[in-house]
Amino acid sequence: MVAAAVLEKPETRGAALAVRGVNHHFDLDGAALPVLDGIDLDVKAGEFVALLGPSGCGKSTLLRLVAGLEPPAEGGLLADGEPIVGPSPSRIVVFQDPTLYPWRTVWNNVALGLQARGLLKTQGSRVDDALQRVGLKAFGQAYPHQLSGGMAQRAALARALVNDPRILILDEPLGKLDSLTRIAMQSELVELWQRSGFTALLVTHDVEEALFMASRIVVLSERPARIKAEIVNELPYPRHRGDPRLAELRHRALALLGLDATW
Amino acid sequence: MSSAEVLSAAAAGGDAGTRSWRLWKTGAAAAALWAAVGGVTLAWPNVEVGFSSWGYTREFGAAALAFAALLLLVAVSGAGRLRPVRALHRAGPWLLALAVAVGAWEIATAKLALLPSPFFAPPQSLIEVYASDYRRLADSLANSLWLLANGFLLGAAAGFLTGVAIGWSRGLGYWVHPVLRFLGPVPSTALLPMAFFFFPSSWSAAVFLIALATWFPVTVLTWSGVAGVNRAYYDVARTMGASEWFLVLRVAIPAALPQVFVGLFMGLGASFSVLVAAEMMGVKSGLGWYLSWAQGWASYANMYGALIVMALVFSGLITLLFLGRDRLLAWQKGVVKW
Repeated sequence: MVAAAVLEKPETRGAALAVRGVNHHFDLDGAALPVLDGIDLDVKAGEFVALLGPSGCGKSTLLRLVAGLEPPAEGGLLADGEPIVGPSPSRIVVFQDPTLYPWRTVWNNVALGLQARGLLKTQGSRVDDALQRVGLKAFGQAYPHQLSGGMAQRAALARALVNDPRILILDEPLGKLDSLTRIAMQSELVELWQRSGFTALLVTHDVEEALFMASRIVVLSERPARIKAEIVNELPYPRHRGDPRLAELRHRALALLGLDATW
Repeated sequence: MSSAEVLSAAAAGGDAGTRSWRLWKTGAAAAALWAAVGGVTLAWPNVEVGFSSWGYTREFGAAALAFAALLLLVAVSGAGRLRPVRALHRAGPWLLALAVAVGAWEIATAKLALLPSPFFAPPQSLIEVYASDYRRLADSLANSLWLLANGFLLGAAAGFLTGVAIGWSRGLGYWVHPVLRFLGPVPSTALLPMAFFFFPSSWSAAVFLIALATWFPVTVLTWSGVAGVNRAYYDVARTMGASEWFLVLRVAIPAALPQVFVGLFMGLGASFSVLVAAEMMGVKSGLGWYLSWAQGWASYANMYGALIVMALVFSGLITLLFLGRDRLLAWQKGVVKW
């Protein structure tokens, strides 16, 4: 009984996220450059929220605060009611670059989180599971330089998923992929999210991507980022790219970004 | 089943052999040239240069002829598929050039005495050196290697630790960096006289200086390697719950290793020069000591013999270092070529 209980994969359940009055700025040669301006945001457990905004508006900074890699200058962030004070394996970031360690094989890259927490010896099979989930089972012994861009990003995704994060933070993870790989991986990510039940927070500047994947899109202004509007996308999954309702939402989103002149 | 397989394999090999039999032309030409070197050595009497005739002339001529015969055999055998033979094929142009060079050397020294005789010894005198003085040479080599190993390993270990420490900790960097900048560029050989004075023995002084010469490049490159690690690598590990030690041992050090190896390479080169200088100036053993000893007795052939040993051994050590790197850093090859 006990053994069976231990072997069972821990239930992954998304965590709720609350951002309360967050202001943040960078120090640039002594001058303060404001990047976030009064951000208030609530994400329900298991929700898929996209942050959409122009390049360099501060979206990625907000993600770093959620990940706990930096403390906010003002305001606070809560995960399931607990203040976020530092990084935690329950909130994992997938960056725009795969940032795989070139000296490790894919398997050992994915094993990173378990190794860092001393769980690798007892729970090594979770690495195989994670590789399986992203379709890289056969590439465990490959080195990162042998992977294509899409495969490397999948490996980075497996490296995040192996930790069973409750919030998966996606910082333009598909931004550098070619458009075909990108379309394929959008669907894969949505499927993973549906199966695993984590809360997903996606930063992107691709309107179509945000609408296709997320159930709610938060539109941010130019730097310093303020929340300009929210678009709720109630279309059921799996979604279809050609859906006229998506096109309609897209028109709305572009209008909010002031880019609908060519519609 | 195995005998049948062997048979068919042999038949296939034989077939391929007869079909693709080709004379290795460069090899045949090299054989002819080496035969000429042997012929000239044996048939042309050495010029008398006062003191005594050069020994081992016949042996040298015979060796050149034997080498020519071997080359000819390989050239006509058509065994171009065997791995050692393929390697020999690649060396073909070099074998030609060497025959010309050795022949010219032999003629200019032993046959015509164009070059002043005690300073320029003919090739056969090297055979004499190795045959008559191999014991002393081997002893010197062993002493050199032992001294080098002590100094280099100490310096490399100290350099690695210093580099990681100052690359990681700003506070340490504040104190060590100026010392590094002040002391590092001073050639260790310049400190030789001082070190011989401060240390209890010239041997320990030499170990210290070799270590110092190795320490500097290893420290600088380890340091810049650690300092230059992609910050995102740390972010990734930190979000996954990595401790500070994990970041140092599992992220910073592996990421810096390619740079560390460049440092080890430069340190090894520096350690050679300090080794030889220390042995020439104070340590009473080793190849450097052998060089100055031979020069003191005006036995220049011994000096050349020791120089050749030195070149082979030092080059071999660098090759070893690179083999180690290729094994350890299989994920990134060929950043520095050797």
